[in-house]
Amino acid sequence: MLNGIIGKKLGMARLFLGGGQSVPVTLIEAGPCTVVQVKKPERDKYSAVQLGFGAKKAKRVNKPMAGHFAKAGGEPKAALKEFRVEDAGEYEVGQTVTAEIFAQGDKINVVGTSKGRGFTGVVKRHNFAGGKNTHGCTTHDLPGSIGASADPSRVVKGKKMPGQYGNSQVTVRNLKVVDVRPEENLIVVAGAVPGANGGIVYLQKA
Amino acid sequence: MDAMKMLAREQMRVDVPQFRAGDMIKVHVRIKEGDKERVQVFQGHVLRRRGAGLAATFTVRKVSYGVGVERIFPLHSPSIDKIELVSEGRVRRSRIYYLRNLRGKAARIKEKRRV
Repeated sequence: MLNGIIGKKLGMARLFLGGGQSVPVTLIEAGPCTVVQVKKPERDKYSAVQLGFGAKKAKRVNKPMAGHFAKAGGEPKAALKEFRVEDAGEYEVGQTVTAEIFAQGDKINVVGTSKGRGFTGVVKRHNFAGGKNTHGCTTHDLPGSIGASADPSRVVKGKKMPGQYGNSQVTVRNLKVVDVRPEENLIVVAGAVPGANGGIVYLQKA
Repeated sequence: MDAMKMLAREQMRVDVPQFRAGDMIKVHVRIKEGDKERVQVFQGHVLRRRGAGLAATFTVRKVSYGVGVERIFPLHSPSIDKIELVSEGRVRRSRIYYLRNLRGKAARIKEKRRV
């Protein structure tokens, strides 16, 4: 059984579930995805299904990818993602996969690209406390000491420092599926999902 | 975006009467005790309404045994049995927080005159 699908984050809302409890939810437009390629053990040494989601302008596709899509006999896709399957023989290129693979109450993992925050200081990036704002302090937003002196004479590896923050792959695990509507390609998940609205997310059974 | 509005609309109540800050309303709240359910009425003045859509809430204030009590209800909460409009008040603002500083006779709100 295929256990994953590609989707687009629509945004967050809140819904009343059960006995009047208000739950924060994320709406995801999940699928419909097309099988672009089937990886078989005989040829590729593993079984997987490559799904495509969303449309992409033909002129934005480079030649190798255009060939790849032409082989699948379909339009160019905005997002591609491979999902491992037990038996790749069940699937064929061109087949459509919808949100039906998930059911209400399922736990899923959602992979997305977090919002890019650019080059960020240590307070925002690593939740350092920073210095005092008043009482004569001038060290407001600096990392402070980054290590000892002559011994070890270097900065330890992995020291938290300023740098690029966000725009990286983030996985949120075990989100509960609140509602699935395959006819509207809609999946409602309790909790937050990485990335901005409109971003591509990959959903997979936990 | 349409999907978001659609989902919210499905859960929105249609039986909410028109009311605004200054009005006296009765909120019938469903209360679960174990496996029994009963309805309790909370009557007071609407201090404010805020938010839009499914997330809208309103604040009701009443004075119970000399103590001011305020409750914030989600407008579309399923635990509200019904909302009843008792009387419309004539107030000049949408947030009547000044009521908190008034007590007794001064805390009365003039009723709106219907033409």
